[in-house]
Amino acid sequence: MANTMDVTLYRKRRRANRVGLTLSMTAMVLGLTVLLWILYVLLVNGFAALDLNLFTQDTPAPGTEGGGLRNAIVGSLMIVGLALLVSTPIGILAGVYLAEYGHTSRTASFTRFVTDIMLSAPSIVLGLFVYAIAVATVGHFSGYAGSLALSLIAIPVVVRTTENMLRLVPGSLREAAFALGAPRWKVATMVTLRAAKSGVITGVLLALARISGETAPLLFTALNNQFFNTDMGKPMANLPVVIFQFAMSPYDNWIRLAWGGALLITLAVLVLNTLARVVFRERAAR
Amino acid sequence: MPVDITMTDQPQRTTDDVARVQAIARRQRWEDALFHRVTQAFSLLVLAALLGIIVSLLVTAWPALRKFGVAFLWTVEWDIVNEEFGAAIAIVGTLVTSGIALLLAVPLAFGIALFLTETCPLWLRRPLGTAVELLAAVPSIIYGMFGLFVFAPLFADYVQVPLQQVLGGMPLIGWLFGGAPTGIGILTAGIILAFMILPFIAAVMRDVFEIVPGILRESAYGLGCTTWEVVRHVVLPYTQKGVVGGIMLGLGRALGETMAVTFVIGNANRMPTSLFSPGTSIASTLANEFAEAADFHLATLFALGLLLFLITFVVLALAKLMILRAEKAKGL
Repeated sequence: MANTMDVTLYRKRRRANRVGLTLSMTAMVLGLTVLLWILYVLLVNGFAALDLNLFTQDTPAPGTEGGGLRNAIVGSLMIVGLALLVSTPIGILAGVYLAEYGHTSRTASFTRFVTDIMLSAPSIVLGLFVYAIAVATVGHFSGYAGSLALSLIAIPVVVRTTENMLRLVPGSLREAAFALGAPRWKVATMVTLRAAKSGVITGVLLALARISGETAPLLFTALNNQFFNTDMGKPMANLPVVIFQFAMSPYDNWIRLAWGGALLITLAVLVLNTLARVVFRERAAR
Repeated sequence: MPVDITMTDQPQRTTDDVARVQAIARRQRWEDALFHRVTQAFSLLVLAALLGIIVSLLVTAWPALRKFGVAFLWTVEWDIVNEEFGAAIAIVGTLVTSGIALLLAVPLAFGIALFLTETCPLWLRRPLGTAVELLAAVPSIIYGMFGLFVFAPLFADYVQVPLQQVLGGMPLIGWLFGGAPTGIGILTAGIILAFMILPFIAAVMRDVFEIVPGILRESAYGLGCTTWEVVRHVVLPYTQKGVVGGIMLGLGRALGETMAVTFVIGNANRMPTSLFSPGTSIASTLANEFAEAADFHLATLFALGLLLFLITFVVLALAKLMILRAEKAKGL
């Protein structure tokens, strides 16, 4: 009697286990299928649009044939590059503060908390903010405003990775430097920061990947420009906004170019992420 | 006489050394203080940015806030010509699309995390985990384009039409499936959002599942638990807060997402009457109308932005607190 009950219970448990694990495997297959499908669509449409003209010609007028994305590519590189130049030093210094001085301070833990929230704050709101302070006040859109918006997104990423990587540096290394009489700033810049170098580079690369694909904040700041322009004080073409505008248009040629641009930014983001992984793994291997 | 020289030199050099060491120490103390303050100033920049965002949004949105007051939240009206605005349509669109996204993405993400931590063969674990993390980094505009050009047409033909035929006539739930099956609307936006946050939530869940100490798992297995029972009764209770935190981080992303939604939600300023009908979310309203907006309309858009920021801020703050507590509990 007891024996048969045990067997039925055992069967029931086995069945529950099988159902649960099968569902989990289905979820994995389903999830991967959808995501690979998206990548497949992107690759097929993107490579169909990929040719030399994409890099040598500017965005075409509505309804015309041909053209490329040269102005948007250059604009994107400049906006993202400037944003990175601004956010890297700020982010690293703020990260150093949180890791080296911020163990006990209440302000530091509050800053950490706010940084984490800014990390996933809606980017479109950051765009609104920059519009209010850097576009509405001067009266026109500009590449500088776009860079400012993007650096607001990049800074929290750099701050948090820098801090985490500095925390991984063993305390004994710091203590050894202090024992030699090194002042705090030298320990921070020449010992811990140097020991955590590849980790910090990882953070910068991740931030770069993150801002390369951001569209929403650029809509309100850099806007767009049909022509080739390297003056960051004026509205600037950039890949995400061009993709958005072209993809929503009724013109086939524009849609084709949008897929080409989408492929470019996705490849850039994936390469940067992989690079960040490789840099980080090398550190771990050492 | 070298010895004499050193003898007479000795005391002098010591006072010199002391003075020099003191000078160095003074300088270093000063440099240290400077370094401390400079780095602190940069970290406070983040706080200043947050404050700046709230203040500048409030100031710019003020005309709209003053005119509409709290009623802005539930007024169903978006009349640009007569300058009568209410946020209800956009709020409903934001909440419903994010809700659908969570409903779809959470069970799938849980399944993926479970597979990656428990049943996946070891040699596949790293590549699959990396794939999920890389997919979480794909820019959201890609999801939007995929939704508009590929997913929506297929969805209209193969899902919406059959669903409408089967369920459209049912009492009680039939209204959910009314309207023209164009492939674009609230439901599609929710599904595309689900695709977008799926890798993100899955990656967070996998990370929290991995903090469960091996000894807890092994003791449960040692008692004869099945894998499912270990997950259900050991892993999940142990990581509860972290899992909820991860889900809320995903929710935060979904609420504020602009591009993935704008492409497929239909951008109609009407209250949606069914899951298939077009609508709008806060973020997509901003993206669509900002370029043509001026004066009072612009102030209203800023009010919407402020609203979105406050909603996501609360959600993200809760998520952060949950994850912090989960990390503290890790020490048992």
